[in-house]
Amino acid sequence: MFVANQPASNPILIQLNRLCKAYELTDRSGELINHPVLFDINLTINQSEFVAIMGHSGSGKSTLMNILGCLDTPTSGNYWLSGRDVATMNSAELARIRNQNIGFVFQSFNLLKRMTALENVAIPLLYAGIGRKESLKRSQAMLDLIGLGKYRDHLPNQLSGGQQQRVAISRALINQPQILLADEPTGNLDSQTSHDIMTLFTQLNRNQGITIVLITHENDIASYAHRLIHLKDGHIVEDEARLSN
Amino acid sequence: MNLFVIIGEALRALKLNRLRTGLTMLGMIIGVAAVVLMLSIGQGAQININNTIASMGSHLLIIVPGATSSGGLRFGSGSVRTLTISDAQAVAELPSIEAAAPVISGIAQLSYSANNWSTSITGVTPDYFPVSNWEIADGSIFAEADLRSAIRVAVLGKVTAENLFGNEDPIGRTFRIANKPFLVVGILAAKGQSLSGRDQDDNVFVPITTAQRQILGNQFPGSINHMLVQAKSSDTLDEAEAEITQLLRQRHRITDKMENDFTVRNLTALATVASTTAKVMAWMLGAIASISLLVGGIGIMNIMLVSVTERTREIGIRMAIGASYRIILMQFLLEALFICILGGLMGVALGVGGAWMVSQSTDMPIVVTFNMIGLAFIFVTIIGIFFGFYPARKAAALKPVDALRYE
Repeated sequence: MFVANQPASNPILIQLNRLCKAYELTDRSGELINHPVLFDINLTINQSEFVAIMGHSGSGKSTLMNILGCLDTPTSGNYWLSGRDVATMNSAELARIRNQNIGFVFQSFNLLKRMTALENVAIPLLYAGIGRKESLKRSQAMLDLIGLGKYRDHLPNQLSGGQQQRVAISRALINQPQILLADEPTGNLDSQTSHDIMTLFTQLNRNQGITIVLITHENDIASYAHRLIHLKDGHIVEDEARLSN
Repeated sequence: MNLFVIIGEALRALKLNRLRTGLTMLGMIIGVAAVVLMLSIGQGAQININNTIASMGSHLLIIVPGATSSGGLRFGSGSVRTLTISDAQAVAELPSIEAAAPVISGIAQLSYSANNWSTSITGVTPDYFPVSNWEIADGSIFAEADLRSAIRVAVLGKVTAENLFGNEDPIGRTFRIANKPFLVVGILAAKGQSLSGRDQDDNVFVPITTAQRQILGNQFPGSINHMLVQAKSSDTLDEAEAEITQLLRQRHRITDKMENDFTVRNLTALATVASTTAKVMAWMLGAIASISLLVGGIGIMNIMLVSVTERTREIGIRMAIGASYRIILMQFLLEALFICILGGLMGVALGVGGAWMVSQSTDMPIVVTFNMIGLAFIFVTIIGIFFGFYPARKAAALKPVDALRYE
């Protein structure tokens, strides 16, 4: 047993300062309703941390994840990613950040249905401006590494849930991002496969130093992380470091 | 992400939805084919008319005897023959005039061995042939000297020669006009229909003097049906018209208060009107055809909007893994553009094929020019960009989080 990360020793990767998010909705009478989701979130995540964000549905954890992933913008407050204020970036820069610095893993895998496993993995490389041939070569290597090399020409619906999620993880990792954002990655998987995926995350974190931010509502999944953040009604109610197994 | 990869993605998306792509493309195909076909038919008609105009001769004026009135009775134009051969000779002397060719015409029965044929007999001077752009195919035309002696020689139009002589070579043979023997000295090259639709090749030309004295007879000796006048250039046509009018009024002793007893018509002006009409028709046909192209373009926009809505989640995923605004915009724009350009290619093929079929089944000349095809392509590209841009922008402007959440 060892303590996985000493936050003090690693540089800060993510810093949220008094971050708020509210949605504007129109009700039936056409009136604008301000629907706040996140309140004054202050959060610092260092490089190579493995963080689980927990909370019930409606706690704002998915919104927080979308903001961390530069898919959504906060209503107020600041978000510094590697020391850069995300609010100052234009849409092209944000696309580049999502492509190069962040890898996404979703509950529903979100693979492109009509593309083979290999092609799915290759898209981020293509978006990064790498040639098709080289992209496919690297993707093959990635699939081999993750143990799905022989499924390269399968379409997503020809793969099991666990296989699909591992293809999605390959896609998330192909551009060697600093952060892996996983939104309920095991939500659609059985417990054995969930365990396999979480083991893979642990290895990635330990061996390659990839920062992992995981969203889950299951305690046993969260227990793989080294730091637990509890979110309730848009507030951080608990932030504990824990020993990893 | 380089352009080729985006092109590949766009093509793949189109291939995945073959039926839909094909049907959308059909709109373009039909539109482009219609435009190409209509323009080529229009162009063909125009060339037809231009050929006819060229066959008439250039910068021509035609002078016909005018309306006259006698004791309160008004006679129609040409009912009284006020023009004479000596009028034509005088007109030919005018400074702005190149040549003047007096013409008398009538109908007579021709016969050769067992064949006989009724056609128009035109009495002319040798000047008539260059002025009205006749070319000699075989033999020669008669000379000025033949005119003075009023000898019986004839130059045949192609159709008349064929009808009368069949496969025989008519040159040097003798046939009969109104039972009088005539020697064939020349055959004219075919000219085709006139603007009024008359077959110009069904004709016999004889010296004007011979026609007057020996075939058609004449109640007023020396009078003619009309005269063709060729001006020195098309710039001096108006000047020529004025000079002729002045000269003929003087020769016919017409006082200031009286109307002309002749009319000068500008054939080139008439021809220009016909040509302009054909051009307008061609463009109008093209414009009507391009409406179908427009409708095709709207079809593309429609299907692209559906496609964007259908693929919202895909767009969200692509954005999450790094597709920028530009990439999404390009991908959807290229899809629309491909439908247009591929449809355009097939449409051009179909249009050219259709034009070929029209030209085979009618004897109209059909002209397909590269300009036309180029025009169709430019049009199609503009339609692709114009109708593809809005859906593409709609796709690219989606917020990643909203697109991802879309069910």
